[in-house]
Amino acid sequence: MFGQANVLAAGQAAFPPTVEDFYLPSILPWGAHESYWFTKITAMVWIAVGVLIIFFLASYRNPQLVPTKKQWFAESIYGFVRNNIAVDMIGHAGVRFAPYFTTLFCFVLLTNSFAIIPFFQISPNSHIAFPAILAIISYVLFNYIGIKQHGFVKYFKNSLIPPAPWYILPLLIPIELFSTFIVRPFSLAVRLFANMFAGHMLLLVFTLGGFAMLSANAWLAPVSVLSWVMTIALTFLEFLVIVLQAYVFTVLTASYVQGALAEEH
Amino acid sequence: MYFLAAEGGESTHNPIIPLWQEIVVGSVAFAVLCFVLMKFVFPRMEQTFQARVDAIEGGIKRAEAAQAEANQLLEQYRAQLAEARTDAAKIRDDARADAEGIRQDVLAKAREESDRIIAAGKDQLAAERATIVRELRSEVGAIAVDLASKIVGESLADEARRKGTVDRFLSGLESTGAR
Repeated sequence: MFGQANVLAAGQAAFPPTVEDFYLPSILPWGAHESYWFTKITAMVWIAVGVLIIFFLASYRNPQLVPTKKQWFAESIYGFVRNNIAVDMIGHAGVRFAPYFTTLFCFVLLTNSFAIIPFFQISPNSHIAFPAILAIISYVLFNYIGIKQHGFVKYFKNSLIPPAPWYILPLLIPIELFSTFIVRPFSLAVRLFANMFAGHMLLLVFTLGGFAMLSANAWLAPVSVLSWVMTIALTFLEFLVIVLQAYVFTVLTASYVQGALAEEH
Repeated sequence: MYFLAAEGGESTHNPIIPLWQEIVVGSVAFAVLCFVLMKFVFPRMEQTFQARVDAIEGGIKRAEAAQAEANQLLEQYRAQLAEARTDAAKIRDDARADAEGIRQDVLAKAREESDRIIAAGKDQLAAERATIVRELRSEVGAIAVDLASKIVGESLADEARRKGTVDRFLSGLESTGAR
């Protein structure tokens, strides 16, 4: 948002917003444009990691059989992912994946939430690097689990050869190969990235659009106000998308693991 | 997009190409998060859940054990009570039997005693009778002789003859009496 702030302060509302609005100048060194080690985006990732670690360690420092409010809250997050995602999707064997799924869910949810938290206002997941990392981990995880469970040959046989008549297999096997081993990590990463990217873009369009109309013609002020009201409404929509995408990412990962563990196709 | 970016910014970015610096930072950050949460937090939560389940199931088990013990004790008390009742009945029966026995004993002893007393009385009576008979015999003899001598008026000089007469008479009396 530094970019916008500078632009707005200079009195020239750059409209429409561009991809460059997602690449803010670096914090250290201050204002550099080609340095990506310490930017607002990476700082938010570290903040998310720090907040989650501190929250969980603090609320689970001294666990009791009868939980305190904080402990209960931390437990309900874990219990939700454990029972409603891991166990529901995978069955009892899913319990051992629950810690990773919960970490994943919390990380995605919090980094997504930065999109609508004041002063953060952009989600790190609108940079494809972070969804890509998580998608690659999911991809490696489900393939590793499948190979470990069935052995290399049987796993690929299970995954690639659906129970279908032999004459249709030449068509099905390439489709399975493509969808399971090539498309999955991309779809996982792009789904999250595109949702957060589009959400930020929408908010930018309506916020900057209001300023643009106001500076173009004072008579457009009511439309500017409407535009900002839309921004607020879209923030609520964004909230829905944030929670939904965090859930979807975790559920899909669980579903892939379940597919890798399953005996049949 | 590319066109707009090229127009508006000093450097151009393609949003679908990840920045390798961000991949490094993201990987490290997420690895740290995974390490801490998956090592120190969630396993402990799993333990707590397990402990909670154990506590509840343990409570139920303890209650069941206590219930079973109570039932067992109740059965034991009932058995003991029944045993005590049979014991009491047996003791009563024994006592009754003993009392009956004692009564019989006492009765038998009393009967024996009375029999003995009666027998002793009879013996005494018989002995007294015998004494009296003996005395009477001599007296009756003397009286009879006196009477006879008075009636007959003659002295019976012959001792031996006199004696035989009296004895004969008395024997005759006895035999008639006995008959």
